[in-house]
Parts: sequence; C-alpha cells; structure tokens
Amino acid sequence: MADVELLTETGVLDFSGWSCPLPLRDHPRVVMGHGGGGAMSAELVENIFAPAFGGQAMEGLGDSAVLHLGGARLAFSTDSYVVRPLFFPGGCIGDLAVNGTVNDLAMSGARAAYLSCGFILEEGVEMAVVDRVARALGAAARAAGVEVATGDTKVVEAGHGDGIYLNTAGIGLVPAGVDIRPQRAEPGDVVILSGPIGLHGVAIMSVREGLEFGVEVRSDSAALGGLVETMLRVTRDVHVLRDPTRGGLAASLNEIAAAAGVGVVITERAVPVPEEVANACSVLGLDPMYIANEGKLVAFVPRDEADAVLAAMRAHPLGAESVVIGECVEDHPGMVVARTGFGGTRVVDLPMGEQLPRIC
Amino acid sequence: MKYLEEFRNPELAEGLLADIRATVTRPWALMEVCGGQTHSIIRHAIDQLLPDEVELIHGPGCPVCVTPLEVIDRALAIAARPEVIFCSFGDMLRVPGTDRDLFRVRGEGGDVRVVYSPLDALKIARENPDREVVFFGIGFETTAPPNAMAVHLARKQGLRNFSMLVSHVRVPPAIEAIMDSPDCRVQGFLAAGHVCSVMGTAEYPVLAERHRVPIVVTGFEPLDILEGIRRTVRQLERGEHTVDNAYPRAVRPEGNPAARAMLEDVFEVADRAWRGIGVIPLSGWRLSPRYRDHDAEYRFDVGGITTCEPAACRSGEVLQGLLKPHECEAFGTVCTPRTPLGATMVSSEGACAAYYLYRRLSVPVVPLSAQEASRVG
Amino acid sequence: MCLAVPGRVTEIEERDGTRMAVMDFGGVVKDVCLEYLPDLAVGEYAIVHVGFALQRLDEESARRTLELFEELGLLQEEFGDPWEAARAAEAVGTERGAEEAGR
Repeated sequence: MADVELLTETGVLDFSGWSCPLPLRDHPRVVMGHGGGGAMSAELVENIFAPAFGGQAMEGLGDSAVLHLGGARLAFSTDSYVVRPLFFPGGCIGDLAVNGTVNDLAMSGARAAYLSCGFILEEGVEMAVVDRVARALGAAARAAGVEVATGDTKVVEAGHGDGIYLNTAGIGLVPAGVDIRPQRAEPGDVVILSGPIGLHGVAIMSVREGLEFGVEVRSDSAALGGLVETMLRVTRDVHVLRDPTRGGLAASLNEIAAAAGVGVVITERAVPVPEEVANACSVLGLDPMYIANEGKLVAFVPRDEADAVLAAMRAHPLGAESVVIGECVEDHPGMVVARTGFGGTRVVDLPMGEQLPRIC
Repeated sequence: MKYLEEFRNPELAEGLLADIRATVTRPWALMEVCGGQTHSIIRHAIDQLLPDEVELIHGPGCPVCVTPLEVIDRALAIAARPEVIFCSFGDMLRVPGTDRDLFRVRGEGGDVRVVYSPLDALKIARENPDREVVFFGIGFETTAPPNAMAVHLARKQGLRNFSMLVSHVRVPPAIEAIMDSPDCRVQGFLAAGHVCSVMGTAEYPVLAERHRVPIVVTGFEPLDILEGIRRTVRQLERGEHTVDNAYPRAVRPEGNPAARAMLEDVFEVADRAWRGIGVIPLSGWRLSPRYRDHDAEYRFDVGGITTCEPAACRSGEVLQGLLKPHECEAFGTVCTPRTPLGATMVSSEGACAAYYLYRRLSVPVVPLSAQEASRVG
Repeated sequence: MCLAVPGRVTEIEERDGTRMAVMDFGGVVKDVCLEYLPDLAVGEYAIVHVGFALQRLDEESARRTLELFEELGLLQEEFGDPWEAARAAEAVGTERGAEEAGR
C-alpha cells in the first residue's frame, strides 16, 4: 500500500478553511452532534471525508451511490447501526440493519439484491442476544427479498462497544431510465410523504434511560423496495426519493433543497403525525419534523405524474397513508418553509445536532 | 391531548384577531416575558397575523439565554471533573461558555447527562454512590419548586453525593429592570402563565401601578397568546393598567402555596447577574444556608473564572427589547444558530434564533467583517 | 421555564415517602411527583413541568375560555370585521369619487 500523507506537517487540522466561521464552535474532538444527521454531520463529511476520499465522494456522500461497472448501473450503499437499546418496541438492531440499507438503495431506485453484514461484538455480550439479533436480521432479509452474501465478525474488549454494533452494505441494480437523486428536484415538483412521521424516534426514546415513558408506539422499520418498485411502474421519472432517518423529515427536505438549489414549501397540517407521537413530543418539547423514521419515504415527483404515483403508493401496504405535503418552488432556494396551521410561515431549518428534550 | 388541542384550533383564532383589529387605533409595543411564549409565537407564526400596529418585543424569558456566563463557565469546570456526573436539562447543552459548551466537555470525556426531571438526577445519585452527582438548577419560578424538591429530598434521604448548581431567576424584578431602562419602549406585558401557576399574581399589581403598564397573565397555546394580546391591547386603548388573568384554567391568584412554601425553605432571594443585561438586584434565588451541604458552588472549588463574551455580541440589548436581532451587525453572518455568539442565538426561543428562522426571508442582512467580530482577549 | 403540559392522573402511590402519580398525556404515560398537589385525585388534570404537577387544571375555566373565543368568532361572523368593513367602505367611496371626477 502506498504511503498516505495524513495531516499537515504540524499534525493539526486547519479550521479556517471550513465554510462556516466557528468563533465558539471549533471542534477539535468529535461530539455526539456529528452523528446526528444534521448540519454538524454535513460539516464532517464536507470538510474531512470528501476531501480525503476525492472522486464521487466530492459530490456529496448521499444515501447511496450509483456506479457503473461492466455495463451495469449498480447502487451501492453502506450504513452502520449503533442504536441503543438493542431491542425496542417494533424491532431491534437486526431488522434496522437490513431495512436501513435496503432503503438506502431503494432511494436510488434500486431493488437490493445482496447485503454484507459486519458484526462488532462486545466481549461479554450474551450469546442469546447475538442469536436473537441474527434471527431478526435473517427474517428481515427474507422479508425484503435480499440475501446476506458475506459478512464478518469482530470482538472488542468489554467497555469498548455497546453490546453490538452492526454494519451492512448492499448492492442492487438500478433500472434503465431511472435517475433518482436530490439534484433532480425542480420547481413545480410535488412532494409526497408515504405515511405518518416520528414513530421510530419516539419508540426508541420511550425505552431510553432517563427518558422512560410509556407509549403505544412501535418503530416503523420496514423495507421500502417494493413500494418504490410500485412507484417506478407508474413512471421512471421520479426525481427524488429520500428516507427521513436521522434528523427526520426536516433534515431530508433541507438536504434536497440545498442539493438542487430549490425552495420547498410544505403545509404543516398535511404532514401526518400520530397522536401519541405528537403528545410525546409535547411532553419533551420536541418537534416531530426532526424525529427519525425507518419505514417512510419522501418523493419529489413531476406535477403531471403526482396523482398517478400517489394512487399507486396508496395501493401498497407501506404507502397506504401517503399524502401530498407540499411542493418545490423557485423562491428561497435551499430553504424549507412551512405554512403553519394559522396561516403564517416559518422556516424549517436543518437540525443542529442531537434532538434534546427542553424545559422552555 | 385534552386542554391543549382545543387551544390550538385555528378556526377560533379569527374571532380573536378580528377583535384585536377592531380595537386597535394606534401602535403599541407589547413584551412577552416567557421564552415558551416566544417559541409558540414563532412556531405558529402568530405575530404574522397581528395588525401592523401591534408589535411584539421578545423579552428575556429564556433562562438559557440569561444564565450568566460566569455560571456557565463554572458548570463547565465542574462537569469536566472526572469524579462528577453532571446532569442538566437539554436546553443548556449547547449554550456557549467562554471557550466551550457542555457538548464539548462530554466530547473530552466529561460525564454529562441530559435529564427530563431533577428527580432523574437524584436517581442517578442513588445509583452511583461513589460519584459526585451535580444537577444544573436553572430556570424561572416554574422550575424552582421541582429543583427545590430535589435538594430537599437529597437532604432528607441523606444523598451526600448530590449537589445542585443553582442559578434561578425571577420575573418581577426583570419587568422592573426593563421598565426602568431609559430607552424602554414596552407599553404592556404578557406575563408568564406557568410562572404564575406557581407564584400567583400577587407580585404584579404594584408593578402595573408603578410603571402604568397593563400586565396580562397569558398561556402558551396560540389562542391563549392571542387572547393575552387582545386583553392587553384593550387595556392600552382604554388607558388602563391593571393585572388581568387570561389563563384562569391554570392560574389562581394564590398560585401553589405548597410550592411557594418549599421555595421559602430551600432558597433565599439574592442579587443575580443576567447575561447580557447585568446585575438585577434581588432577581434570583440561591440555596439557603440550611442546604449548603448540597450547594455545588461551595462543594467544588473551581478557582477564579475569567469570563469573556465575544465583543460583537449584543444579546443584552436584544434581551431588553432595545435592539431587534436583525439590527445587530453580526446577525445572520458571523452569528447564526450554527455558529452562535451568544445565548439568544443558541436557544430555540432566544429572540435572535427566532428572528433568524422566520425573518431571514424578508430582512436584508448587513455583512460584518470577520475581524470586527473576533473576540477581544 | 414554561414547557408544561396537561396530564390526567391514572394512579397514585407513595414511593420512598414521596407522593407520586402515574399520569397520562394523551396516550403518553409518565411518572409525576404530586408533592405540590397532594390532594389531586385520580381522574383529575394538572399541568406538569419537568416531572412535577404544579397546578390543577380547572375544567370550568377552560370551558368558559373556549366559549368566549367562540362568541368572539360569532360576533365577527354576524357583524363582520369592523376593520374590513371600514376599508371596504373607503374603497367604494374612492371609486365613486373617481367616477364623479371622470365625468
């Protein structure tokens, strides 16, 4: 392997070139916010990973990459799963690991064919736990129609892992004529959401230490490959698909608006939020727009195809509650604006870091 | 949720707005004191619905924004200590101290934990007898009784490893200080509903009389806020200046006597510095000497703290309603929610963050050279 | 300082000498300390801030407040928005004036 020059001569990162001036927020160390899926995660990618990797990465590390190999168009994606607790209402780390990567591929229009799976196990974890996770993973893979083709296992010393960390990577073929990526959003596009938001995040929070509350909310973790195929049968010309995971719907819409240089306007009352999610958010002072989902997608569709796509989605079990929530506009490029229930407008910003309960 | 949804019903808003429009004949400047009210106003874009004559000035009702820099730095120093588990409400984690925030302390190995309730911190103290558990006790009068109970229970249960870093603030002295300010433009107040749920309304008539301002106790849902505004405007148009309770379902004149009794026992009134404003006499609470054993200020010697605010930060003027956020040179350029200079841009209901979110669309921003914005050592 | 939500008491118990309740917030269930509202009973509502019930919610007050809002809405429907009415009259006056001037 060739020598790689790692840092500058002094071994210190130069923050002055970062796109945002950071008078008080220079981060010589990683903080939790860097994993939150919001502005700080984007900074990490923009300023450290993309420059280091070059190539396709410079275009922004999106949900999945579409690559050309031997005449085929492949979608390729990877994701790591560090959820705590391992088991939560509606699922566990095993099915998240399958559905998450299958969905990343589906967001490029690809049907996932094969997955790899890497386990990082903490010394001392019970075999029964590993077995339960593995079975869940296998079941999710079968349900999604995808095969775990290769894998790896490592064990780290006790205290150096959270029980189990998982990484999955997946590949699938992108059908001809399909070009789905955030840059394709254009003014006039209709924004469709496949169902109610906030379920996964609230399910996790409800069993997380320090926040325990009882609520009948289960994670919505599901594989969306079939739903996407249904949509593509109506039209190949779906412009953007995104599954709003970390950072929620707000993060996804902001990323798309920024990538395409368009404005997005949504109607707050059109966004379906289950009552228990809304109430949990009220108690903790959170905004459902920023809460993670694991079985939902948002689609930007040309205006003249919107009705047909919506109908097709509603006919599919995972899209039964699909609804139009807004549209793409020329105004305020890169910005997401919501029409409130009272007729005014508010900007829906990219989430900063972690979503934290507040008292004010 | 019952008692919530009904007060968010947009269909009832029009009646309230129509009455405000019909009543108002000249410009009025109203201040809502409570950050929760500011948040609700921005969230639902209520101020966009009001007639132009009614101006809302966002007051210093955000305990996050007004916690003095020195206290934040003290908290950071304590949180960084290896033996400490530092527990805090989520709001405080991103507030900038002189050179870092609690997130960064956590990144550097500090054990910083977000809790929903001070009782959660007590539980952590019980479960970790060999660690020092410190709770960051900030807030207005609404949060003071819960925090007081935690200290009270710690003493009762002999939880010697539990202590609290207290920085509580009181609303009435803040209203006084705002009205005494020479450039004050505020003509009426929306008093903080949940503060009054605890304290009652007895502290306000003297303020209304002395400064000749109507003070209307107001709730937090959109309809409650519109009603508070409606009643304040009505008083102003009639030349009245009394205390009126527009949130009777949750506020009684006597407040909560049991809570107030606990406050008397656990806290004592003290002068308190408000970040960006300065010291307002008798505007805060500290732990009374009886509870010194659980007072983190005495338990931890963190040495002299030298604080340093960024020179360009004018949040003090914003907090007093003397400056609109977009009139600050640093607004939207060097100072944004992602890169805040001061607490009013960090907190989700700080006036600057609020303006950033909804005013960006229409207000031009004047750039400031990066050099002018850098800190003075 | 002010994020407090209304919840309903479903159970009450003493825990380590402290009066606690299980409260329901529209399907979200949480433990809440009742020491500041010791006579709050099962089925009653209170506003809750950081895990403490701080004040009883008065159903009658709530109802009357909503009624007032509805009445204001009806008045507006019946008599119209005086502001809007004034502006409409003004506009008509202006048009008429312009017509006259144009003759």
